[in-house]
Amino acid sequence: MVATVVKYEGFSFWYGDFQALYDVDLDVAPRSVVAIIGPSGCGKSTLIKSVNRIAELEAKVRVDGKILLEGEDIYAPGVDLVSLRRRVGMVFQKPNPFPMSVFDNVAYGPKLFGVTRRGGLEAVVEESLKRAALWPEVRDRLRTSALRLSGGQQQRLCIARCLAVEPGVLLMDEPAASLDPTSTQKIEDLIIELKGKYTIIIVTHNMQQAARISGRTAFLLDGRLVEVNDTEAMFTRPDNKLTEDYITGRFG
Amino acid sequence: MPGATRAAVKPGLTAGRKVANAVMKQVFRVLTYLVVAVFGGIVVYIVVRALPVLSLTFITQPPRDGMLAGGVSTCIYGTVALLMLTSVFAVPLGVAAAIYVNEFIGWGKRARLIRAAVNNLAGVPSIVFGLFGLAFFVVFLKIGASILAASLTLAVVVFPIVIVSTEEALKAVPRDYRLGSAALGATRWQTISRVTVPQAIPGIITGMILSIGRIAGETAPILFTGAAFYLPRLPDHPREQFMELSYHSFAMATQSSDITKSMPIAFGTAFVLLVLVFAFNLVGILYRARLRRKRAW
Repeated sequence: MVATVVKYEGFSFWYGDFQALYDVDLDVAPRSVVAIIGPSGCGKSTLIKSVNRIAELEAKVRVDGKILLEGEDIYAPGVDLVSLRRRVGMVFQKPNPFPMSVFDNVAYGPKLFGVTRRGGLEAVVEESLKRAALWPEVRDRLRTSALRLSGGQQQRLCIARCLAVEPGVLLMDEPAASLDPTSTQKIEDLIIELKGKYTIIIVTHNMQQAARISGRTAFLLDGRLVEVNDTEAMFTRPDNKLTEDYITGRFG
Repeated sequence: MPGATRAAVKPGLTAGRKVANAVMKQVFRVLTYLVVAVFGGIVVYIVVRALPVLSLTFITQPPRDGMLAGGVSTCIYGTVALLMLTSVFAVPLGVAAAIYVNEFIGWGKRARLIRAAVNNLAGVPSIVFGLFGLAFFVVFLKIGASILAASLTLAVVVFPIVIVSTEEALKAVPRDYRLGSAALGATRWQTISRVTVPQAIPGIITGMILSIGRIAGETAPILFTGAAFYLPRLPDHPREQFMELSYHSFAMATQSSDITKSMPIAFGTAFVLLVLVFAFNLVGILYRARLRRKRAW
């Protein structure tokens, strides 16, 4: 049996009466990158937002089946959402740093859990910014507003903010979709670097990106998982006709 | 079919469209200036009619000689006390209710129900609140006609304004901030107190400014609950009755024994009330501007 960190088991998801995901089975191995590809509105975002249970903040939702995080059913009654979300970080499509200083953005998470200045907050912030490959650019501007950073820097700041609470899993919802090519390159390099330490599930529209950074790729269409495969195999000889049509640009 | 598209769209702006655009711009311009002119006219009219009585003693002296001479100092005192006490009751309650509805329940049947109730409350004529205040605060709770009872009654009147404006301020805070905070493991309350409310404070202050203007102008709710026709001295306890500017203006305009003497006083009182409301608004606006500057990011 292969070790899995995140395991979807017959997972279905509804927003009200609308079913967004159908019976999804997917295993994510530790310290790997899984890319989720598929056309707009196919349920990619929902697929990752159901791992930190953030989809339910925006609408009335219903689920069937299970998602296991390190063997534990995260939809079981009595699950502590606060500690779940601490273990599963998320980076959003549009960089969403808080309207605070660079330092306060990264310190936000640790402070929630009671880390104080005396308790090493500054070290945590520095370490997180280093891991997010942002430290050299902001070390002299920790007190300036995060909103003054460039879009790419803001996104890396959001990644640093995530890393500061030490999650095991990182969810990324098209993290480079709103960035220019140079910033995108930096984010991709960062993801490749983070792969050794974290389990990453990344949604992307960009198939070259999926090919560059992920070990496995899952193709989602209309809420159904069509194919999950090693990325290289997926892009060279896909098993499924639908996958082939999508990656060769015949639709989507 | 490119041919069909070309046939449907005539080249360039036709004269008719240009004329319609120019005419509509002027229509909206005239209407806007009309509203501004009406407001300016009212202010000028009040100032002109108030001129005979306006002097420093008008704001420093209490009324005397059957309220046909002297000033309105006791009314200013009563109005300021009323504004402050009403804010103390209405603002925390209104802000708390708005946070509960918008941040904790957000959508669904319960939130819709509460919003409908609040909107209905906002539509109730203020005289009804006056009667309610008399029956509930003055008589049932045995508070008696007083500043306290009048403030509580007015708090009910402005409660919906505070809720609605606070909700608007909260809605203006990008949802991404809330999601980002929740995704880091923040509880609802941590997100509210550390991200959402600090962002919404300028908007909440705007709501307070609006409601203070509303309180200062209300007469009906305080008529039965504490406003006195005449008091020889200042109240020194919230359980005492008080004189108040809008009611004094009303009394001078309608209940006077000598209308030639009292009408200028009525206008003078209205003028002082206007200045007072503007002053409160100015303080609010300056404070809000300072907050926005402080976090100019």
